[in-house]
Amino acid sequence: MRSDAAPRSGGRPGAAAEQATAWLLALPATLLMWAMLLGPAVAVGLLSLTGWNFGEAEIAWLGLGNYAEMWGDRVFWISLRNTLIYVGISVPATVLLGLVAAIAIEGVTRGRGFYRAAYFLPVASTLLAMALVWEFMFHPTVGFVNQTLRAMGLPTTDWLQNPDTALLALAVIGVWQNLGLAMVLFMAGLKSIPKDLYEALSMDGADGAWERFRRVTWPLLGPALVFVMAITAIRSFQVFDTVAVLTEGGPSKSTEVLLYTMVQNGFSFLRSAYGAAITMVFLVFTLALTMAQTVLLDRRAHYG
Amino acid sequence: MASVTLHRISKRFGQVPVLRDVTLEVADGEFLAILGPSGCGKSTLLRILAGLEGCDAGSVILGNEDVTEHAAKRRNLAMVFQSYALYPHMSVRQNISLPLELRRLNAWQRVPLLGRLSGGAIRDEIRAEVTQVAGSLALEALLDRRPSQLSGGQRQRVALARAMVRHPAAFLMDEPLSNLDARLRGEAREEIVALQKRLGATVLYVTHDQEEAMAMADRVAVMREGQVLQVAAPQALYDDPVSLEVARFVGSPPMNALAARADAQGHVELAGVALPFRAEAARGGSIAVTLGVRPEALRLAAHGIPAELRRIERLGAEAILHAAIPGIAEPALARLPPEDVAGLSPGDRIALMPVRAMLFGADGARLALHAERREHAL
Repeated sequence: MRSDAAPRSGGRPGAAAEQATAWLLALPATLLMWAMLLGPAVAVGLLSLTGWNFGEAEIAWLGLGNYAEMWGDRVFWISLRNTLIYVGISVPATVLLGLVAAIAIEGVTRGRGFYRAAYFLPVASTLLAMALVWEFMFHPTVGFVNQTLRAMGLPTTDWLQNPDTALLALAVIGVWQNLGLAMVLFMAGLKSIPKDLYEALSMDGADGAWERFRRVTWPLLGPALVFVMAITAIRSFQVFDTVAVLTEGGPSKSTEVLLYTMVQNGFSFLRSAYGAAITMVFLVFTLALTMAQTVLLDRRAHYG
Repeated sequence: MASVTLHRISKRFGQVPVLRDVTLEVADGEFLAILGPSGCGKSTLLRILAGLEGCDAGSVILGNEDVTEHAAKRRNLAMVFQSYALYPHMSVRQNISLPLELRRLNAWQRVPLLGRLSGGAIRDEIRAEVTQVAGSLALEALLDRRPSQLSGGQRQRVALARAMVRHPAAFLMDEPLSNLDARLRGEAREEIVALQKRLGATVLYVTHDQEEAMAMADRVAVMREGQVLQVAAPQALYDDPVSLEVARFVGSPPMNALAARADAQGHVELAGVALPFRAEAARGGSIAVTLGVRPEALRLAAHGIPAELRRIERLGAEAILHAAIPGIAEPALARLPPEDVAGLSPGDRIALMPVRAMLFGADGARLALHAERREHAL
């Protein structure tokens, strides 16, 4: 028995000093994380509990007053509903088309780099500038979309000004923008599937593309799929610039989305605290998606 | 099971020839090891046989059927991969049953969920066969596990089970033991050989490990730079190699290759010492040759080739001497009983004499060599 009664944490000599050093080394990162990420989030959370409007000298504590107002706010509910519909359309479409594009590009022997760059271009470009192009594409008379539909003898509409189609048109733009990202991530996922497995599969008696996809590609893309879904969902939740430039939430609130409502309240109406409360709702969704992704990746999609 | 014939196979990758006119015949029920250093084309040869790779020329014959143009699926061969290539998302049972499901269930019955509505009898049959094969490899308790939950040795047995379950015409194995540790490798070696004998299976076994090839195979094909140098039973390969390359590749420690000279009368001389062997008379006077001496055929002698002892490895049952012979760069190795080297230490002057040897020409080809009937002080 040792004579000293001091409790030992790990038992290994020098473990305590090592711990202290570890914390010291982590300190700069921890400080920065609080100053840049967590601090502002907490500040927004606190602000949402006040009645502060931009420019006011006094800050009045409101408690959950803003959230109560939100609960009864028709525009907020429309905006939440629209956001969810937008996400509901654009995420599955992005994932599906991204996967198809990735597999197709993996399959070509020449010009792979060109196709990859072409699909990735929208991700890297400024959506605000590209919105101009899309506005022209969706133009009721000279736009490419309607011209094509007309040529095929199909009915046309003023896509961005029709309350029934405006959100769908924006979702199409969203898919166009995020497709490249999904594709690149899927291509990375495809690369990580060992070639041996396909060879084992053809020795085992499968040679059709469908069998290869369903027995090996799809199950082994699990981790990539979960990640792509989470990242496109988060990016879709953030839809704002196309709304701001092309429809301004209209016609008749049919494209009013969460971030647009937030910006209107926080910056146009100077209702900073109410804007902060909407931001908190947005944060909750983003956080939930991130956590769902982490849990799924840990549990299901990992075969390790 | 069936015999396997690879007839005049050639293959290039771009400008690089990887197989040049390779012909191999494997009898029904034979265990043939394909032995060679990495990059010699042995794996490519196996993949051409499997149908995973095409060949530029030549034909692949299984039994009596030319299958050169057949897809992998139609060849009825099973392969055990170096990585085992188990499907990580499937249980052991699913891994083993997949080859049977793909062959016996029709397209409709293979549809997820809905396909379950029919083919129940076939599924029961598959289940029974999988259980039986798993039993023969002591895998019953692991059937519901995922490959990631298995040890290396267990994965290797699952890969074997997946290959065995559909009774293929032949087994192709591509370095199946190289991911196991030394002890497991020994066990797995025995297991595979026992299995092969029990099933009467035709096996083509690719390896770079000469000991593995010698220990397991009925015959060994030595490959190098896309060519088969020699095909022979392990002992014949060791005792009677066709060239210096084969001789040096087989056996551990490798055979000593000692620079020597043979004169017009057939006398062989090494480091100025006449040796008790006689070569075929060399035309045109003295020529440079290589004397091949297995380490166990090199003995200490009272009179012989002078050498300086550099190092002694005392391995318990035997001792390996490393000795420098003047004029020869590589140290000569001698494998001796430990009592012979008891009094020796590095730096000692010793004399060595080969009791058996092989002779190779400057091009590495084997030359005839006879032991001379003359008393020699050993």
